[in-house]
Amino acid sequence: MKNTFFGGVHPNDRKAATASKATEVLAAPAEVIIPMSMHVGAPCAPEVAKGDYVFKGQRIGSSPAPVSAPIHASVSGTVKAVEPRLHPNGTKVMSVVIENDMQEALHESVVPCADPAALTPEEITQIVKEKGITGMGGAAFPTHFKISSGVGKVDTLIVNGAECEPYITSDHRTMLELTNEVIEGVRLAVRATGVKTAVIAVENNKKDAIAALEAALTDEDRKTISVMGLRVRYPQGSEKQLIQSVTGKQVPPGGLPASVGCSIMNVFTCYCIYRAVYEGMPAIERIVTISGSAVNEPKNLLAKVGTPVSALFDACGGFKTQPDKILQGGPMMGIAQFSTEFPIIKNTNAILALGKEENRSVEDPTCIRCGKCITVCPMKLKPIYMYQYEQKGDLEMLTKLNVTDCTECGSCAYTCPGRLYLVHSFRTAKQMLINAKNAQQQKEGK
Amino acid sequence: MEQRLKVSSSPHIRAPRGTRSLMLDVIIALIPSLIAGIIVFGWRALTVTVVSVVFSVFFEWGYRKMMKKSCSVGDLSAVITGMLLAFCLPVTVPYWMVVVGDLFAVVLVKQLFGGIGKNFMNPALAGRAFMFSWAAAMSTWVPAMSKSPIFLGGVDVVTSATPLTYMANGMLPEGMSTLQMFLGNVGGCLGETSALALLIGGIYLCIRKVISPRIPLCYIITVAVLTFIFPLGNNRFDWMLASMFSGGLFLGAIFMATDYVTSPVTARGQLIYGIGCGLLTVFIRYFGSYVEGVSYSILLMNICVWFLDKTSMGIRFGVSREDKKRAKEAAKAAKKAQKEAAV
Repeated sequence: MKNTFFGGVHPNDRKAATASKATEVLAAPAEVIIPMSMHVGAPCAPEVAKGDYVFKGQRIGSSPAPVSAPIHASVSGTVKAVEPRLHPNGTKVMSVVIENDMQEALHESVVPCADPAALTPEEITQIVKEKGITGMGGAAFPTHFKISSGVGKVDTLIVNGAECEPYITSDHRTMLELTNEVIEGVRLAVRATGVKTAVIAVENNKKDAIAALEAALTDEDRKTISVMGLRVRYPQGSEKQLIQSVTGKQVPPGGLPASVGCSIMNVFTCYCIYRAVYEGMPAIERIVTISGSAVNEPKNLLAKVGTPVSALFDACGGFKTQPDKILQGGPMMGIAQFSTEFPIIKNTNAILALGKEENRSVEDPTCIRCGKCITVCPMKLKPIYMYQYEQKGDLEMLTKLNVTDCTECGSCAYTCPGRLYLVHSFRTAKQMLINAKNAQQQKEGK
Repeated sequence: MEQRLKVSSSPHIRAPRGTRSLMLDVIIALIPSLIAGIIVFGWRALTVTVVSVVFSVFFEWGYRKMMKKSCSVGDLSAVITGMLLAFCLPVTVPYWMVVVGDLFAVVLVKQLFGGIGKNFMNPALAGRAFMFSWAAAMSTWVPAMSKSPIFLGGVDVVTSATPLTYMANGMLPEGMSTLQMFLGNVGGCLGETSALALLIGGIYLCIRKVISPRIPLCYIITVAVLTFIFPLGNNRFDWMLASMFSGGLFLGAIFMATDYVTSPVTARGQLIYGIGCGLLTVFIRYFGSYVEGVSYSILLMNICVWFLDKTSMGIRFGVSREDKKRAKEAAKAAKKAQKEAAV
């Protein structure tokens, strides 16, 4: 089954508010808060102390672990504090707070590559590593590790421009405004990974982006790189579903995309690779969509990593109604926030403020056994039974039902007419399984 | 302001349609059959339905109130139970019996098990099965177009045969054309006679994606195929059509067997369930002492739902059929080796 995946839902995409708005550059804030963990893997150790002067683009945190990505200062100025601060994941994470001196003084390491065409695959990967590039769309997996671990196993690079979550248009704007840069980033990624084919996959609701990308490809490119329009359906941009849509292959349980010869990179990641090579600029800026029914003037903003979210909302004219929820990320998988004092990080593609009218939760969620959750599950799971066994705490049945396969895309809970908190229950179930496993290991250890 | 932000697990948006919206669609889909019932059996068809709806909603509300549980009347499922129970009763049934049937359906079958989503039998059908303790009242059939008065008083009821009475004796219904049966101009329960009206409701439900056509199609096709292969009348084709359009087959297949709570949720489970309902219906009609088998066959299949779901979980994402086969064989071999080692 090519060009599609199992199940899925089709929420109103609500992208019209920002889809045609050109990205605006957000003025640098007076202070940036840069968490030392913005990626999957080992957190970085701060390399600067209070009172130090840092340049824009200077490395301020790193880790010797293989799965990690260094962190750079997004402004120049004085380090005001190195202390735990609120992170978008809801916890406090060690962060470097920099007081901006508004000089934008570049660090000496930010120099363009003299001859990009002569770079070997290893050199490209090394630049990607040094410049702290991580997956900019999803889980923020360190890109250098993705490249180096996939060499030899991967034959297809899928560039993810699906952007299937409602509201978000940051990748859409990236593809439209930075088309040539994205394509050059894809060329570099193709060289680094050594793949024979690269597919830029874009949902069909972004026809203008597809046309722009097609136009930017040269005849030489077309031998390896192609642009593919995808059916508009959530979660089209989810890793396993995207691979299924593009190649027809299913990633085996617990496997990585490399196990079916695929590697996935977000379009903004490709843009970051371009910048790292051609400008020497690390991943310190990104395009963020500010939208939601409670926002006065939804916008796409180019903001520095570490900018407090309140500054982004201020740039959008504040709120027109009292926001009910503030989210980092999309409405299907984003994380609800309890404050606007958290910073944007490398993979923050959207900040949303939803009004009360978008909240359809009910006081007494009740399953009516309609089975709609089963028809929409892209992983072929049985959410209705997973929910029931989670309520009972039956770990054996939860394992049998493969609850760990759940990607938490939220299709089941979105479609549930009884308004059950399905994804929440599966998260709990997974945690229960982990706890049980740990307890078991501890017991055996004794 | 910040203290008032809500924090919850994703997703943060929900589909527009909730339980009430789905149930409202079912009610809308039942209206054509109600109209057909009124045309065929007179205004009493409406009053019986209204009494049934009012009391089933009342019992639902009363029980939840008494047990200090959240009020669930707003989901409209009790309205559907009331309508469906009325639809499978003869139009001449005394009102008090309808009320007792509602009590049984809503309180005993549905609420005692925890309310919507928890009962294991279709409440309306279980209510009807219970009401068969008044066998005479439950099998008094007035002829079509007889216009029963709203209050029967001491009026003598003129009874007539329904298509099923003929067919139980192995005869094609006399004096009733297939078209008549399709339109519903025959004797029977007040909401079951018009296959056309039920079909309109069923198509509406499928278009609105409230139900999948799997169960009704499997059910009706199974009955059609079986009656075509094993006809009792002398005309194979007429017998098949008569079997399809007589009795409660369409009502059962479209509205009762597709009840969310008491039907399987997996696609394969639904196929088997539909076929099972069809098989049992024909068996009961052919070999049972009841002339109609729809309600009991659905109730019997209701009991198998858990099992059907469990055995039709399908293949895991990312695992091919061959992988599964291989894993099964490996498990078998391991078991064998273990046994031999034990010996």
